[in-house]
Amino acid sequence: MQLESMYQDIILDHYRNPHHKGLRDPFDAEVHHVNPVCGDEVTLRVSLKDVNGEPVVEDVSYDSLGCSISQASASVMSDLVIGKPVAEAMTISQAFLELMQSKGSRVEGQPDEGLLEDAVAFVGVSKYPARIKCALLGWMAWKDATAQAMEVAQ
Amino acid sequence: MSSVHLDVEAVRADFPALARTVRNDKPLIYLDSGATSQKPVQVLDAVRSAYEQHNAAAHRGTHLLGEEATDLYEGARAKVAAFLAARPDEVVFTKNATEAVNLVAYALSAPGQLQVRAGDEVLITEMEHHANLVPWQQLCERTGATLRWLDVTPEGRLDTDDLDTMITGRTRIVAVTHQSNVTGTVPPVAEIARVAHEKGALVLADGAQSVPHQPVDVTALGADFLVFSSHKMLGPYGIGVLFGRAELLEAMPPFLTGGSMIEVVRMEGSTFLPPPQRFEPGVPAIAEAAGLAAAVDYLTALGMDNVAAHEESLTAHALDALREIDGVRILGPDTTKDRGGAVAFEVDGVHPHDVGQVLDELGIAVRTGHHCAWPLHRALGVQASTRASFYVYNTHDEVDALADGIRYAQRFFGTG
Repeated sequence: MQLESMYQDIILDHYRNPHHKGLRDPFDAEVHHVNPVCGDEVTLRVSLKDVNGEPVVEDVSYDSLGCSISQASASVMSDLVIGKPVAEAMTISQAFLELMQSKGSRVEGQPDEGLLEDAVAFVGVSKYPARIKCALLGWMAWKDATAQAMEVAQ
Repeated sequence: MSSVHLDVEAVRADFPALARTVRNDKPLIYLDSGATSQKPVQVLDAVRSAYEQHNAAAHRGTHLLGEEATDLYEGARAKVAAFLAARPDEVVFTKNATEAVNLVAYALSAPGQLQVRAGDEVLITEMEHHANLVPWQQLCERTGATLRWLDVTPEGRLDTDDLDTMITGRTRIVAVTHQSNVTGTVPPVAEIARVAHEKGALVLADGAQSVPHQPVDVTALGADFLVFSSHKMLGPYGIGVLFGRAELLEAMPPFLTGGSMIEVVRMEGSTFLPPPQRFEPGVPAIAEAAGLAAAVDYLTALGMDNVAAHEESLTAHALDALREIDGVRILGPDTTKDRGGAVAFEVDGVHPHDVGQVLDELGIAVRTGHHCAWPLHRALGVQASTRASFYVYNTHDEVDALADGIRYAQRFFGTG
């Protein structure tokens, strides 16, 4: 059975005990994203702060309905981006997108495990085209909210 | 494997897809016929033969192949008409059921005697597939008409208590499913049609989930329009049917226009052929029509009463088997009365996507999500569901495999 390769323990742990879940104030931008295929949805808020002229992700909070993959992915995402400069968090987001597009053919060490941390566990998901959108739902919402927050800041 | 109604083993031998294996070399257990059915060799042979032996543009050439292609296409129309106890000139070939609904919704917003106007009403139901919902929303936006709908009861039945007041003198058309693609509910279309006709409203029935699964006689049904798709009834993709009462089709302007549907074309304007050709522009889907005709033959040979009885027995078995599993909630009626073979359910603590993924690992194909019926899911208080749907080739063993698979998913996610 290949189920364990998709549902790695890290994913199931995040699913059962999601990190940073729940909507919090204050925030600079809020978005609502849905996966029109299945109806999964996420409402996500981003709060940024200025550190020496550079925008940094102060907080990401979210409320979501969806499958284990989408829930766990949002949890892992929040762990990875909170506290990071926006530019660095965007690089991680891009690396995760590439992982999801890899069709399970990830070369060891590529993308950088140090960069993606727990998110590397989602490599098994990339073999199932129908589930890639689940894994990307939270990330895409974060990217959208962050872009909007940056516009507000300007 | 045999049932009292069908020789299921013999039926299965006609479907090449059922002989293949899927993930983990498991045999395919196909419980997603509500989305699309598998196709028997008889249909595949008919499509292949149309291309190999009779390939020409119908209604055109002065050559033998053109005549044969025309015969195939018009022969398919006659066969579909007989299947519905309708007249051939009341059968319009479309791309699918969705296009057929759009054709009617367009005709009702275009100038003509059927034109819906501001202040008129269109009545639909909360149970509809998006294909019989969004086109009516769009019609109302174009015309200024008001969209109203019948609610769904918590049991997934259509609430027809207020039918008499919901259908008013301003109601121009009532569009209702003849079998829900989620809950399997079969609403009382004949009763709805009777009330609608008393008040001068037209009725369109969405037969995408009924025509493949039960005997349908358009006169008994009472609807003015009936739509369905070939691919859900053992036939090819890309062809569907609009049945319309002859005098209504006659009163309707064309939807898609171009060649094959015109009478005379001048630079200043054109006139159009009578129905059904008025609604069939371009070179028609001849091989698809031949495939649909073969599917109709196949179902007719099995007997639609037998098909319905076989599915009822599978559905009863599935309802019993799922009811026994703690944490599983069946959406919709929990008896087979006025209910077809689509069984949607929720599994406590396991999202439908995850249920579907586990079942897929076991070789069981089901549908997960909102099944293009988002408002219905909202009405039933769920975000999404898992759906098993049955057809002529499904067995009682497969129903048991489904129940076992659900239990396995519960164990995997630690909820069972």
